[in-house]
Amino acid sequence: MVRAERISVWFFIGLLLLMYGIIIAAQNVYDAVHPVSHTGVVLGYLHFGIWWGILLIVIGSVYSVIFRPHKTS
Amino acid sequence: MIFCFAETVPLVLSGSMALPSLGWSDSLIIGLYFLFVLGIGYYLSKFTKTGEDFFLAGRKMTAWVAGLAFLSANLGSLELMGWAASAYEYGILATQWYWVGAIPAMLFLAIVMMPFYYISKTHSVPGYLKLRYGESTSMLSAVSFAFMTVLMSGVNMFAMALVMKVILGWSIDFSIWVSSITVMIYVVLGGLLSAIFNEVLQFMLIWLGALVIPVLGLVETGGWTGLVARIHQNFPAGNYTHLWSTLGSFQANPMGINWIGIIFAQGFVLSFGYWATDFLVVQRLLSAKDLRSAKMAPIIGASFKMFVPFIVILPGLIGLAVMPGLVGQAQANTTGAYSYNEVLPLMLARYAGPGLLGLGVTALIAGFMSGMAGNVTAFSTVWTYDIYRPIRVRLAKKERSDKYYLKMGRWSTIIGVFISIGTAYLVMQFASIMDYVQALFSFFIAPLFGTVILGMLWKRTTAAGGFWGLLAGTVSSIGMYVWTKIDPASLRIIALSKYAKPMADDMYRGLWCWIITVIVTIVVSYMTEPKTEAELNGLVRGCTVLPSEGDLPVWKRPIFWAVIVFIVLVALNIAFW
Repeated sequence: MVRAERISVWFFIGLLLLMYGIIIAAQNVYDAVHPVSHTGVVLGYLHFGIWWGILLIVIGSVYSVIFRPHKTS
Repeated sequence: MIFCFAETVPLVLSGSMALPSLGWSDSLIIGLYFLFVLGIGYYLSKFTKTGEDFFLAGRKMTAWVAGLAFLSANLGSLELMGWAASAYEYGILATQWYWVGAIPAMLFLAIVMMPFYYISKTHSVPGYLKLRYGESTSMLSAVSFAFMTVLMSGVNMFAMALVMKVILGWSIDFSIWVSSITVMIYVVLGGLLSAIFNEVLQFMLIWLGALVIPVLGLVETGGWTGLVARIHQNFPAGNYTHLWSTLGSFQANPMGINWIGIIFAQGFVLSFGYWATDFLVVQRLLSAKDLRSAKMAPIIGASFKMFVPFIVILPGLIGLAVMPGLVGQAQANTTGAYSYNEVLPLMLARYAGPGLLGLGVTALIAGFMSGMAGNVTAFSTVWTYDIYRPIRVRLAKKERSDKYYLKMGRWSTIIGVFISIGTAYLVMQFASIMDYVQALFSFFIAPLFGTVILGMLWKRTTAAGGFWGLLAGTVSSIGMYVWTKIDPASLRIIALSKYAKPMADDMYRGLWCWIITVIVTIVVSYMTEPKTEAELNGLVRGCTVLPSEGDLPVWKRPIFWAVIVFIVLVALNIAFW
């Protein structure tokens, strides 16, 4: 008989971080390509959001893959 | 830590600040968070079938999950904002509450106390007191804990709603209802299991959301050296960057405390009382799958706790460097200037662009929800098992099924959340209630630590000794609090110095009432008959054969990791002396 095990909490975390990473990176890439005149953010020229988004994508991907749900018999 | 909230929580913000408006990505990030926590609750509901599943997460958690949940339940948003504000007011001295004021207690809990909590198979701290001392002491502790927990939850809920109103422009009603109903749904569905899963998720979000500030802050100021130089330049007369060198006397530091207060009152009594006997945090450890995991969990928690100042204290210090001129709340209210209570959201507004702002706000919401879930799960367990069940059994003369208590746990969660919401609205009408509730909570923690530690380590302690010691300690704590309220000059007697400030009052009051608890417990115990050693098996050191860890390699033993964490703690204290 095949049964589903409880999904690991780390998988949920990975999935959410992956989505957050994509959203943050996409928004900040768009802003870098279409800069607005004044955002009020200090160090905005570093485009930190892009790097942080990529970091979240990497962490999220690793957790999603390593802790992905699987069926056991 | 709870004990300092009265001085540091941004209870009334000036209303002068607001973050930049949220963009689509920020809103999407916040929306996804709510979707996820509710989805996790719904998914886990099918794994919550028994009382042990609901109240103790089936006792199946790994050390990592239990340890991070243990820390996350404490890492509320008020903790984040309050201590960032304290760092701006007092400098790096605020770190004492994370290092000497937390780590030794967490390690002591892991190595010395956890075996007895775990081996006794208790479901709660009052449950342990029932086994060790009997029903009177357990009931005294349970009623005070349940009452205070649910009130504290309401106070935190109101303060958080106020923060959201000022920062994001959300209405107080919206913040209170949306956040608390979300917590209620996922806890009712999945119990402690759901709370713990979400706490681990919230732990990650708090770190990844809050880390943006120190990283960019250090880039702007030129690293730690540049940060210190700018603080000295802005405040040449102040001493904000030393951890111990200013604690020789009360008047040498902005906190108005000395090293005796920090080490013995905060570092020993209050810290040990909170981390080792407050059921809100201990409940997470009882969910561990075995004794080794239960011992490793607080050590894992301690290793992360050591670095929490990086996301809490450092933003306050960066504020001193890049945003001098923030004022106290009273001055902010009259002048309209920014208060240092707002330093964390101000830093967020300074560095977080689109998307990152949503992540930072989600971190604050996650912090609030993890703290609230901790309160309601602890409340429902203590209410169901330590208050309702013994009363019901005594009156009806028969026990009910596990299913019955599971249902009671779910209902008490719902009722607990609604009482919290009611408290939040009560506080909205009568703001002074907030100070009293926070003070009330501190009345019970220090005496409780005296009662639990004597019960665990001294087999001569008797049921009468435990009860009267706890009662005497609690009453004396209330007495000292009332005394300083009526006659503020009495602080110099309680804290042993005319230079002592209110922060020292909390600490020395805790120290004295702990000493009173211990003395009364010892005296009454010598006057009464103790239990036999056989009756104390599994409850008291010296009467219990603890499982040997001799077959484990050294690097797998909890004591090995506890020593490592302690060495790192000592090194950090020397580095920032």
